[in-house]
Amino acid sequence: MPSRRIAVFQVLLLVALFVLWDVLTRTEILPPFFFGEPLVVLQRIWEWFSGGTIYKHLAVTLVETLLAFVIGTVAGLVFGLWLALSKTASALLDPYIKAFNSMPRVILAPIFAVWFGLGIWSKVLLGVTLVFFIVFFSVYHGVREVNPVLVANARMLGASKRQLLRYVYLPSATAWVFSSLHAAVGMAFVGAVIGEYLGSARGVGYLILQAEGVFDINTVFAGVLVLTVCALLLDRIVTVAERRLLRWRPGQVGNQG
Amino acid sequence: MTQTVLELNGIACTFPGRDESAYTAVADASLVVAEGEFVSLVGPTGCGKSTLLNVAAGLLAPTAGSVRIFGQPLGGINEHAGYLFQSDALMPWRTARENVMVGLELRGVQKHKARQSADAWLARVHLAGHGDKYPHELSGGMRKRVALAQTLVMNPKILLMDEPFSALDVQTRSLMENELLDLWSQDRKSVVFVTHDLEEAISLSDRVVVLSAGPSSRPVGEFPIHLPRPRDVSEVRLTPQFLELHRTIWEALKVEVQKTHAQADL
Repeated sequence: MPSRRIAVFQVLLLVALFVLWDVLTRTEILPPFFFGEPLVVLQRIWEWFSGGTIYKHLAVTLVETLLAFVIGTVAGLVFGLWLALSKTASALLDPYIKAFNSMPRVILAPIFAVWFGLGIWSKVLLGVTLVFFIVFFSVYHGVREVNPVLVANARMLGASKRQLLRYVYLPSATAWVFSSLHAAVGMAFVGAVIGEYLGSARGVGYLILQAEGVFDINTVFAGVLVLTVCALLLDRIVTVAERRLLRWRPGQVGNQG
Repeated sequence: MTQTVLELNGIACTFPGRDESAYTAVADASLVVAEGEFVSLVGPTGCGKSTLLNVAAGLLAPTAGSVRIFGQPLGGINEHAGYLFQSDALMPWRTARENVMVGLELRGVQKHKARQSADAWLARVHLAGHGDKYPHELSGGMRKRVALAQTLVMNPKILLMDEPFSALDVQTRSLMENELLDLWSQDRKSVVFVTHDLEEAISLSDRVVVLSAGPSSRPVGEFPIHLPRPRDVSEVRLTPQFLELHRTIWEALKVEVQKTHAQADL
């Protein structure tokens, strides 16, 4: 089982990195004040989960991520379809889309905080602005590149304009949405955490911000580790959903074990 | 008198070019197809065979000329026609069965009835038991069969075929040609079959129409094929009548092919 062996080596590599980190900080080659101590970091994580303090923060961050992800994806899908199918709309909105996309959107976080307060919605909105463009562009290009023969065939089989949308454009756009979901879910997470980091009263980003304020580098690392594991889990969920829904795709069949 | 099913009259198709120049693919082309007739269009590459087919399908509005279906002028999609495309036109996200069902679904037929018809047609094209497979799990020949079932389940009066078998290997191809003739003989739809393969055209058709080299392509010769039916496409190719027909039509076609080559060499 080569894949199982790879998994074993992946775990070993992780352990090795932690050992290296531990040795370097213990021998003070890297000052522990700036680089933390892995054992303390792990202990902090353990305290969070056993003491239960982390759950409300984690829940807030995940809710923000989920909302940003869902709203951004649906909006991206709808706008992507609309602009891909309407020449006038895409010609009209093209410069605005480009401008918004090239804008460094993290800068919007303080503005959202002013508009929507320090609660979850300022973070959700930041996440949405990040997720939207990823999904939008992949749907937009995907729909524009739908095989014209597929469209002609559906028309010959009697599809009306509305039916074309439902039977041809939407299913092929869905495939493109899925290809962008990995990036989208990551971006939703980034939006939530950055939003919290720039001003909040709850969430894992808030924990990191607090710890940084008192130079508690171990807690910062603990927060980063928890976030990383969460991001990996979210990505895993997307992969599973993708395998179920895109069974028709070449290469999706046979690697479901 | 048999009824005229499809009538193309003085069709011209001009496409705007990149600069001022416009490309006229077809000019002053006329074609009449009778009920139950199997007509093949042959011509050199790029002579506008597919353009003419798209006009008959209503997918392309001609720049000039008129299209009549059962005597009625055609506006929009030709609802009496089924179209078999050269390249893959199956929806990759639908199984073979769902692909065959799609036209019936679009027409509002109930799901379980559509499913029954689809299964019946899958059986007729020798794909019973493959209904749950997705297109990428089927071979090229099987995908063509699904496409054929997808079109025929709608029971079109006219079947338009654009080099449908050109991507298949030789054995699969003659197999498919025989199956097509077999299906056709059961209810004798009118067929317009576009191909660049003269042997295929003769062995399948009642009539072969030769198109001139493009641009401004038009029919330049019509040859009735009186070979006895039912035919086996690989056996009929060995008969003296076939060879005689092939020689005659090739004389006409050769001139056009040479014109195309001369243009390409310029």
